[in-house]
Amino acid sequence: MTHAIEIDGVSFSFERQLVLDNVSLCVPHGGFVGLIGPNGGGKSTLLRLMLGLLAPQQGRIRIFGQTPTQASRRIGYVPQFARFARSFPISVEDVVLMGLLGKGHMWGPWRRRDRQKVDGVLETLEITHLRYRHIDSLSGGQLQRVLIARALASQPDVLLLDEPTASVDSNGERSLFELFASFKRDMTLVLISHDLGFISDYVDQVACLNRTLLSHSTESVTADTISQLYGEQVQMIHHHH
Amino acid sequence: MDFINALFTQSFLRQALLVGVLASLAGGLVGPYVVVRRIGYLAGGIAHTVLAGMGIAYFIGSSPIVGAFVCAIVAALLIGSISLSGVDQEDTLIGALWAVGMAVGVLFISQTPGYNANLMSYLFGNLLLSSEGLVKVLLAILVGLAVILWLIHRPLTAVIFDEEFARLRGVPTKFLYLLLLCLVAVTVVLLLQAVGLIMVIALLTLPAALAGHHARSLAGMMLIAAIAGSVFTIGGLALSWQADLPSGATIVLLAGTGYIISLLSRRLIRRFTA
Repeated sequence: MTHAIEIDGVSFSFERQLVLDNVSLCVPHGGFVGLIGPNGGGKSTLLRLMLGLLAPQQGRIRIFGQTPTQASRRIGYVPQFARFARSFPISVEDVVLMGLLGKGHMWGPWRRRDRQKVDGVLETLEITHLRYRHIDSLSGGQLQRVLIARALASQPDVLLLDEPTASVDSNGERSLFELFASFKRDMTLVLISHDLGFISDYVDQVACLNRTLLSHSTESVTADTISQLYGEQVQMIHHHH
Repeated sequence: MDFINALFTQSFLRQALLVGVLASLAGGLVGPYVVVRRIGYLAGGIAHTVLAGMGIAYFIGSSPIVGAFVCAIVAALLIGSISLSGVDQEDTLIGALWAVGMAVGVLFISQTPGYNANLMSYLFGNLLLSSEGLVKVLLAILVGLAVILWLIHRPLTAVIFDEEFARLRGVPTKFLYLLLLCLVAVTVVLLLQAVGLIMVIALLTLPAALAGHHARSLAGMMLIAAIAGSVFTIGGLALSWQADLPSGATIVLLAGTGYIISLLSRRLIRRFTA
């Protein structure tokens, strides 16, 4: 079986500072990878390389055998929380509809059948009741769900999530992870998290990134690997099988 | 009322009113994008550079409004490319273009033989000097603007809201950004018929910013901004007619007053509902 995501010997530096050093990672169809590591360890850079927003200086990345740019319509992306102005005059429905933009869906206004297409994702994310609300009136957790719905609206085969639970309390975090785990049959997921949290309960594979990448099946994440990555002070939290 | 009586008897006043309203409607369509994308300064740069085009057209004996359109589009593409190229000090470059454009315009106008009273109306506007035929030109341009925006509103909103996400969905983000600036340029030329290029930025952004206090969508902003802009233009024209004041300045003062009242009333409403 070909892999959904193949990252082969990728290096990347910003202004001569090496951020990623010979990183390789393969994710099978329907896999769920948790990408963890300290801040500045290169997690977001790796995600942006997978999206085709950056090009690797060495090595190559293939999504379903294509370059990230060629495969971009099959990739759903949930950016880090709140990069845009919350005061932007737009409703939840119109944000989610942006996920439908693409070939043959670019010009002219939205039609009724386009609006019906997002019924399902609003239902899945349990935000149907927020549909006509202005985004300014949402809580952090609700807005996060809107961004996930926008990514799902494009019916992606690969879903890349950059710290999707950063602005959510621990109950909300658990319910989001359960949701992501339920997507596994239909798509391949890569999720960035700055801490282990609940992540190892749900993912099949934890990749620890701090310039270089150490990949483990979840069973083998031990206190040793963690301290190797973060230094000695880190306590293992909520890690049971 | 003198103004209302005069509207029935003086055709040039009716024409002035129509030009002002058409320009305000265009400002209502485009202004909200300028406000939410926060490119007011950039639009100001385009507006002032336009004097170069008007001056050159005036000098060679061509129509200043044609010179204004050509120059506005060139300035929009130039400023847009500077902004997209991510050069340091984008604001400095825009400021330089702003001043150089005006300098070129002033020089060409000064070298044109004859009476130069027109310069003042370029700078500060004079609706009462609107030429015949302008109404039809403005109407055609307004319809064109509306059709283009109807087509691009959806992807353009995506670009303004979250440029990176739009790019990943295959939206031609740079093309749309440059197109938006060209639409801004065209709108600026329409609006400066009413208030002149120095004050044009007020009529482009104030009605839209006021609309932003109350609207929950870009389309709602457009509607409110178009209505508010028309009210300011008609009201300003009437006031200036009654009191024998310069029309452009009166319109802009009315817009400024309307904006401040809207801002204060929103604060009061929030205080009482919170």
